Amino acid sequence: MNNEGVSLRAFDRTRIFRGFMLTPGAIVTLVLVLFALFLVVFLSVRVNDDSLLGAGVSLQNFVTIFTEPLYGLVVLRSLTIAGLVTLATVVAAYPVAYYLAFHAGPRRSLILFLVTLPFWTSYLLRVFAWKIVLAYNGVLNSVLMLTGLSAEPSTLFLNTPAAVVLTLAHAYAPFAILPIFVALETIPKSLMEAASDLGARPFTTFRRVILPNSMPGVLSAAVVVFVPTVGDYVTPAMIGGPTSTMIGSLVQAQFGKANDWPFGAALAVMVMLVILAVVLIVRQADRLFGSRT
Amino acid sequence: MSRRNIKTAGSGWLRWYVGLYLVFLYLPVALIPLFSFNDSVQAAFPLKGFTLAWYETLIGNETLIGALITSLSIGLAAAAIATLCGITIAYMDTQVRSSVARLISGIARLPILIPGVVVGISLLILVNLLGFGPSRLAIVLGHVLVCLPTTVIIMRGRFASIPRSIPEAAEDLGAGEMIVFRRVMLPLALPAIGSSFMLAFLTSFDEFIVAFFLAGTQPTLPLYIWSQLRFPKSLPTVMALGTAILVVSIIIAGCAELLRQRGLSRSMSSRA
Repeated sequence: MNNEGVSLRAFDRTRIFRGFMLTPGAIVTLVLVLFALFLVVFLSVRVNDDSLLGAGVSLQNFVTIFTEPLYGLVVLRSLTIAGLVTLATVVAAYPVAYYLAFHAGPRRSLILFLVTLPFWTSYLLRVFAWKIVLAYNGVLNSVLMLTGLSAEPSTLFLNTPAAVVLTLAHAYAPFAILPIFVALETIPKSLMEAASDLGARPFTTFRRVILPNSMPGVLSAAVVVFVPTVGDYVTPAMIGGPTSTMIGSLVQAQFGKANDWPFGAALAVMVMLVILAVVLIVRQADRLFGSRT
Repeated sequence: MSRRNIKTAGSGWLRWYVGLYLVFLYLPVALIPLFSFNDSVQAAFPLKGFTLAWYETLIGNETLIGALITSLSIGLAAAAIATLCGITIAYMDTQVRSSVARLISGIARLPILIPGVVVGISLLILVNLLGFGPSRLAIVLGHVLVCLPTTVIIMRGRFASIPRSIPEAAEDLGAGEMIVFRRVMLPLALPAIGSSFMLAFLTSFDEFIVAFFLAGTQPTLPLYIWSQLRFPKSLPTVMALGTAILVVSIIIAGCAELLRQRGLSRSMSSRA
């Protein structure tokens, strides 16, 4: 018996196995994530000449974004709309997560399932549903007229930024509940017992103990809602009309009709920079709450 | 009773709030099945009459069936690849814990922070550079990217919840790492693999923004729906189709949830 040979072969086998296990993930992450993102950044500093990767190196695309007032306006509008959607979604979700964590009892898993279910059904259909609600000939107007609350259909519901905020807040609602619920769940019960032992009334316990301790969940919910919203172009196109163009719509137009890929890539880089800034701010805020508890 | 009940603020009004929240979540979506049976092109009240005509127009619609087949094949391929990557990445990250594996696992969860429009254009540039351009394959790659964070997170959670003592026992009994993975870890992770596959499939089946950039001549189902939304006359047909999709999605999501819960209860019992 050659013990060394056997153990060496077992060692080799483990190495080969681990190599195989690393390969799919390595290919996918290196090529699809890193290399593809690198291509966007690379293209953003090129000049459009109708070839695939453009020509030359220039910061002209970014100069245009920062000097043309239109782009500043759209970036600002995207930030405002995505910010409002995030705020509305998180504020609406918090009490639901709170109920799930402290009051739902045996109904907890059913309610959890019910609030996450819409996330797995069609996004396009959820947006479309709001279109039929808000349209001139739509559900809301027909209900208002049937009940006599208004004499004629209103054009004020559809094609407004408010409609975009409402629709996106609805579409991304399930995203916000889970992280907040998980954060509330992990607060040690002893903290709340200590608060009530020290004479805190339920609302004081909520304000001084539960709310600050759940902030990490609130912040990650905010990121998860903000990211898909800020780049969205389906809802602005379907619900928002011409006054609600967001930066995602501009990117889409550059890669479609306008056929200026380098400029579209530069706009996409702007989207990523905005998200990076938000993530950094959130991480800073997270640390702030971390140090308080 | 030795255990005190912790008093937390408000419970009566909270129940009402959760009820209203669920109404807000489901009411707009519930209108789609409602109007799919309505005998009018207009989605408005009062309802005209009951009809199955819109469902009949779905049957034998070849563009629709083509889009359905495209979506199904893309969904199966993307879910298979994303789940395979999720299993291997999560296993290497949680069990082997090499720094390379941790790095890959971190990058694999990065696409959560990339909006669909950026994923779409980055892959559009990539597939054009690779030479095959917009096509089914391109959408598969895009959807793998979109599903990857979900599958990695689900599989990491599952592998992390398997007590270390189980693979250690197998190793003590002489099993090599490959045998431990194939005969112990993989079977234990099976419910999570099933739920991760189904959720990845659903994500791909529903995904529109990425597919919009990467579609060649064969549209996926959401792209077909998008193209139909421009024609007011085809809206009831879209609602009939939407109802069918809602029903199927709810069934698959329900199955994924059941699998996940089974996996959870199994890990509870293995911990005890």
